[in-house]
Amino acid sequence: MFKLLKNLIKEPMFVIGSFLFLVTIFAGLFGPYIYTAVADGMSYESPSSQYWLGTDNLGQDYVALVLRGLQNSLYVGFTAGIIATTIGTLVGLFAGFKGGIVDDILNMFTNLFIVIPSFVVLVLVSASWPEGRSLTLIAVLIGVTTWPWTARSVRAQATSLRGRDHIALARINGASNLQIIFKHILPYLASYVFMVFIMQVASGILSESAISMIGLGPIGEGSTSLGVILNTAKNNSAITYGYWWGIFPAAIVITIIVFALYLLNNSMEGVFNPRLRK
Amino acid sequence: MPNDAIFSAKNISKFFGYGKKRVCAVNDVSFDIADGEIVSIVGGSGCGKSVLAKIMLGLYSADQGDFLYKNKPITNTRDHWNEVQSVFQDPFGCFNQFFSIRTQLKDAFGILKNRPSSQEIDQRVDEALLAVNVKPADIEGKYPFELSGGQMQRMLLARIFALKPKVLIADEPTSMVDACVRANILDYLMKLKAVLSMTIVFVTHDIGLAYYVSDRIFIMHEAQIVEAGKPEEVTQNPKSPHTIRLLEDIPDINREWIKK
Repeated sequence: MFKLLKNLIKEPMFVIGSFLFLVTIFAGLFGPYIYTAVADGMSYESPSSQYWLGTDNLGQDYVALVLRGLQNSLYVGFTAGIIATTIGTLVGLFAGFKGGIVDDILNMFTNLFIVIPSFVVLVLVSASWPEGRSLTLIAVLIGVTTWPWTARSVRAQATSLRGRDHIALARINGASNLQIIFKHILPYLASYVFMVFIMQVASGILSESAISMIGLGPIGEGSTSLGVILNTAKNNSAITYGYWWGIFPAAIVITIIVFALYLLNNSMEGVFNPRLRK
Repeated sequence: MPNDAIFSAKNISKFFGYGKKRVCAVNDVSFDIADGEIVSIVGGSGCGKSVLAKIMLGLYSADQGDFLYKNKPITNTRDHWNEVQSVFQDPFGCFNQFFSIRTQLKDAFGILKNRPSSQEIDQRVDEALLAVNVKPADIEGKYPFELSGGQMQRMLLARIFALKPKVLIADEPTSMVDACVRANILDYLMKLKAVLSMTIVFVTHDIGLAYYVSDRIFIMHEAQIVEAGKPEEVTQNPKSPHTIRLLEDIPDINREWIKK
């Protein structure tokens, strides 16, 4: 474990990635409480010493908005990531471990979800839910539409583990199926599942931004996400009038989080996979 | 007919896959194994000997025919594993890398119906380790990847010494270790037989080894038992051409191996 950490720290991608990630997490968690601002500016004031990133159409400070948006986007990303990873891992583990008919049925189910374009489902459900779309609803929607990829990759790994001797030994040791799955298969996949989780968080944040951008994101007090900020700016023709501060800060923050997560994911691959170790 | 055999198989077959890809791994095989016997199943790669071993162990069930353990079909595998245990081929792949060896040896007691107290388990693990010439202190806190192949294979045998099953299915326990360790492992198998009067099914591709340890030898070829008999009969008067081939393949120091 300690050696693993030492290897990770040597990886520049990991250092940069985790630094960026920690900064965004910190900003998202505590930012909105440290930096409080009231909406007392004019509509679309340009950045100044009072409003570092200018104001939006309602005269709200963009720094406060982006921090709040970051918090909400991270919330959606992590919730969606946890849901997708949990469903995907469980389905994949059982399919891969059980094999035979259970595998066939779960696989069919997974493929069914894969061929349904998840973004279209996301748009349709969001559109048919005109009021009270909360952040949690959006997160759950993203989670339950993106798990199949996790399920597939976990299944492939679990299938290859199933035939190993240590599983046969666990069996003749009297271990139950659940014990075998959680004690003898899952630990071997833990690092892999963790990497998948990071990717799911990143794609959750991107999906949320995308559906918010087209106006189907969360509605309501306090549910400003980064995507919603972009959507508001777009609706008020911020680009046409040259209000760049309405678009760029939020877009850059999204890019930074996803970039940080990708870096983390990539650097871990290099450490967990001995063949890629330098 | 009264039958005091431990295992008795009547025309058992086992298939894998379906349709065109269906493969017959064990084809219409019949045999009896008596209590206290050491039987070797010898054959080349892919002849079905490991599948047969797994059927005896209850990890697979036969698709056709009757397979009986003590005159009863294997219905409850947990009960079966109380009495029938196994040593596998690959010592490295047999232990979970995430738990210490000692924990895993203790986990093995989970199969026993009358589970001893944790004190007794500790004591039995220590005794078992000593039986395979390993000081308990040497493996204290060690994980599987910290031991050598020979040590790992001895850990698998220690598991058997600790559990004291009635029957041991040894599925190529010597194929992954070097010659010195191989002799050691055979010694331990003999010890198991002598001390615990265990019935042992020894699966191997090496007819030479089988000759030394067994009471009877089954020769398998292409999913069938082509010859069965006492080691002397099989090695001195082989009837099947497959037995002759296996005998020819025993390394002989006086023979020229590479034809000039």
